[in-house]
Amino acid sequence: MSQSHRFYGHGIPHVNAQDLGGKLIVVEGADGSGRSTQIADLVTWLETSGHATVQVGLKRSTLVSEELERAQEGNVLSRTTLALFYATDFADQLENIILPALKSGFIVLADRYIYTLMARDMVRGMNEAWLKNLYGIAPEPDAVFYLSVEPQELVQRNLSKTATLDYWESGMDLGLSRDMFDSFLKYQTAMGEAFRQLEKSYHFDIIDANRLVGSVTRVLRKKISALLAKK
Amino acid sequence: MKTFAESKFPGRLIAVEGLDGSGKSTQIYLLKRWLEAEGIKVYFSEWNSSELVKSATSKGKKRELLTPTTFSLIHATDFADRYERHLVPLLRAGYIVLCDRYIFTAFARDVTRGCPPDWVRGNYSFACAPDLTMFFKADLEVSLNRILEGRPKLKFFEAGMDLRLSNDPYESFKIFQGRILDQYLAMTKEFNFVIIDANEPAERQQVIVRKLVSDRIELRKFKRRRPLPLPPALRKRREVESNDQDKEEDKIA
Repeated sequence: MSQSHRFYGHGIPHVNAQDLGGKLIVVEGADGSGRSTQIADLVTWLETSGHATVQVGLKRSTLVSEELERAQEGNVLSRTTLALFYATDFADQLENIILPALKSGFIVLADRYIYTLMARDMVRGMNEAWLKNLYGIAPEPDAVFYLSVEPQELVQRNLSKTATLDYWESGMDLGLSRDMFDSFLKYQTAMGEAFRQLEKSYHFDIIDANRLVGSVTRVLRKKISALLAKK
Repeated sequence: MKTFAESKFPGRLIAVEGLDGSGKSTQIYLLKRWLEAEGIKVYFSEWNSSELVKSATSKGKKRELLTPTTFSLIHATDFADRYERHLVPLLRAGYIVLCDRYIFTAFARDVTRGCPPDWVRGNYSFACAPDLTMFFKADLEVSLNRILEGRPKLKFFEAGMDLRLSNDPYESFKIFQGRILDQYLAMTKEFNFVIIDANEPAERQQVIVRKLVSDRIELRKFKRRRPLPLPPALRKRREVESNDQDKEEDKIA
């Protein structure tokens, strides 16, 4: 159907980027940015309009998701190990879900992609060039929407939802502050900076998601309609 | 790539590489026994042995879920875990670390499976080079016979069945090992492998190995200053024994 894709780097052995049709749409953003809500809306909207859709996200692979979850509970992984473990999780979904779906001309909606993984690793001191090589296996998406929300607003949204802040989303492993509230703000600020750094190499469509859900939805639908009309 | 010595680590890392059945594991085991007997601080680490990653790797292998890319990444994860949690702290503490397989195993296998060499090397670029890498080079036939005699049932990935080289696991294994050997030989110069003739009898190889290690590494620098502390259970028994002895001596007095 549509034009083919390209890989950021070497790609995947024995996979030709020319064979990848479909659309790969990524929604990035912190917890509390409205990512999941927006993706749920997009799936319903796309499927209702007759588009075959597939969803992927982080830590959802058959291969390593359980082990990764277990390792994180004990917080025993050091940064390189964690980076590679997440990369394995991504690669497993890439080869088993994303690539076959694109080959069949599906729309793939990714609830976060390599950029969150890279940003997290960068905040933990991993080298950007190393990460770019590692994630050279990834195909370039047709669109990356980054839902940008101020850390202060993220705190409010997370607390109103679950009355707690997530250990990892607060970057507690980094020892930024013993106070979880402070750590969350510092960590989310650092993540925002890492995304800005990544934006120099990768193209993000930054969406102001401090607004109400409905208005973000309208923006996303409009942009995706335009993308699909391009063919 | 810098070695641990060049990177100012007080410890030293010795790696053995070679095909399955080349006898390298026997040689590094004997080396370990010798170094321990010499009172040297030594630690042994095996490829693919991180507790954390193991269950994922074995699931992937059993259910044949692995592709060349995930095979490579999961082994890199395993290596990183051992590297960051064991090897680096031990090398900082002045240990001699012995590795049964190191990053070159990944370079040889993953590239044979079709992963781009630059990509694999880049992923492992956080690791320093060994201070000594011994490559156990046996004739392909010798290695194959050792494995095929001992373990008649070949596992899927071990036989390289994922490469679809042959429907016969034995045939596939032979072709696969031959290709890995080619990859190793192509790396010999670049990574300063010392080639050990693995067709020789094990005893003679060990003489060569020990000589090589003592020539390359000033071993006396890696001796423990004090004998290893006894495990708590033993320590208690010793204390009891020496108390009894004191009592006996009191009686005599």
